[in-house]
Amino acid sequence: MYTQALNNLDLAPDGTDPREARFMARIDAEERIEPNDFMPEAYRKTLVRQIAQHAHSEIIGMLPEGNWITRAPTLRRKAALLAKVQDEGGHGLYLYCAAETLGKSREAMMDELVDGRAKYSSIFNYPTLTWADIGMIGWLVDGAAIMNQIPLCRCSYGPYARAMIRICKEESFHQRQGYEQIMTLAAGSPEQKAMAQDALDRWWWPSIMMFGPSDSESVHSEKSMAWKIKRFTNDELRQKFIDATVPQAHRIGLTIPDPDLRLDEETGHWQIGPIDWEEFKRVLSGDGPCNADRIAARKAAQENGAWVREAALAHAEKRKARAAEPIAA
Amino acid sequence: MSGLTPLWEVFIRTRNGMAHRHVGSVHAADAALALQAARDVYTRRGEGLSIWVVPSNAITASDPADKDELFEPATSKAYRHPSFYDIPDDIENM
Ligand SMILES: [Fe+2]
Ligand SMILES: [Fe+2]
Repeated sequence: MYTQALNNLDLAPDGTDPREARFMARIDAEERIEPNDFMPEAYRKTLVRQIAQHAHSEIIGMLPEGNWITRAPTLRRKAALLAKVQDEGGHGLYLYCAAETLGKSREAMMDELVDGRAKYSSIFNYPTLTWADIGMIGWLVDGAAIMNQIPLCRCSYGPYARAMIRICKEESFHQRQGYEQIMTLAAGSPEQKAMAQDALDRWWWPSIMMFGPSDSESVHSEKSMAWKIKRFTNDELRQKFIDATVPQAHRIGLTIPDPDLRLDEETGHWQIGPIDWEEFKRVLSGDGPCNADRIAARKAAQENGAWVREAALAHAEKRKARAAEPIAA
Repeated sequence: MSGLTPLWEVFIRTRNGMAHRHVGSVHAADAALALQAARDVYTRRGEGLSIWVVPSNAITASDPADKDELFEPATSKAYRHPSFYDIPDDIENM
């Protein structure tokens, strides 16, 4: 458990804490910061917020996909979807553990999620209306997550970086199973192909928004870059995703729903039209199509599971007490 | 009862004969449930053949503040390493 010695703090002549300079020197030297090391309070706060948000996104992300487990069209698809959703649950757990090393309890994080104080990725507030949405989530949403997560494997905070390494190993399966589904639909009957296109039409822009506000608008970016929590800006990551994804859509005969989309011959980058940031803000602040459903489902799971957690704890206490009793002759 | 589910550290031994290695942690009411959770969370793709779970509060860790006095002496003692000793190139098998 991290404790900070705030007493007998030796300040430098200019009033700054000399430990802060040493901390920054370690960051600059690409050293990893570990739970019991000194860290500025703002660094800890930024990490707790980011890691908890990330964990919540994994957990809430299970809901739109879980919606289709019982209706998967084949056993092969069903097994893959079950395994993927189980992975997402695991990702949430790795991340909660990483946040806990910063002194925040699991219970407090769960409470903040259900009472709306904590945020999660805006993408999971969109509904999964057809089976094609499940393929689209794997291809686009997990694809965008991979772009975001690979640089986080080199994040300056050790436990977060290690959690991300495990997660990234598992994400590739998620994206590939999704793309394979969409490929199959796109090569199917006209109705199936239309279903794939309709899903792309609905998921494209929300996926683009997953990278967060533009660099000029992003409130946390600069500090996070200096602390090496973040390695690339939102816009840089977004561009990487667009450049990787547009050819994948074209390869299977799908159309990106953006009339302004064009390849810039000089830079080799795909240029997109304007992003509707009003929609992003609306969905993030709670007014998306499924925000209320997601929180209600999470809340029900937490409340309905409470008696199980209590019973397990009571059982463990009883067994401990019994083991401590002297054995009767 | 505190109402908080205890934390356990998870160690896994991989199939290639390495020692148990720390992989992360889980919350569980008791050791049996911790093992079950560790199996679900950390071994979904053949990561290992054996799991240890240890109550997190049973671990005593070195203090980062003591890093220099604990570990610096090891780096200043170069004579502990074979490369410290000059042996002519034509001496073989050493
Ligand atoms: Fe994930
Ligand atoms: Fe995923």
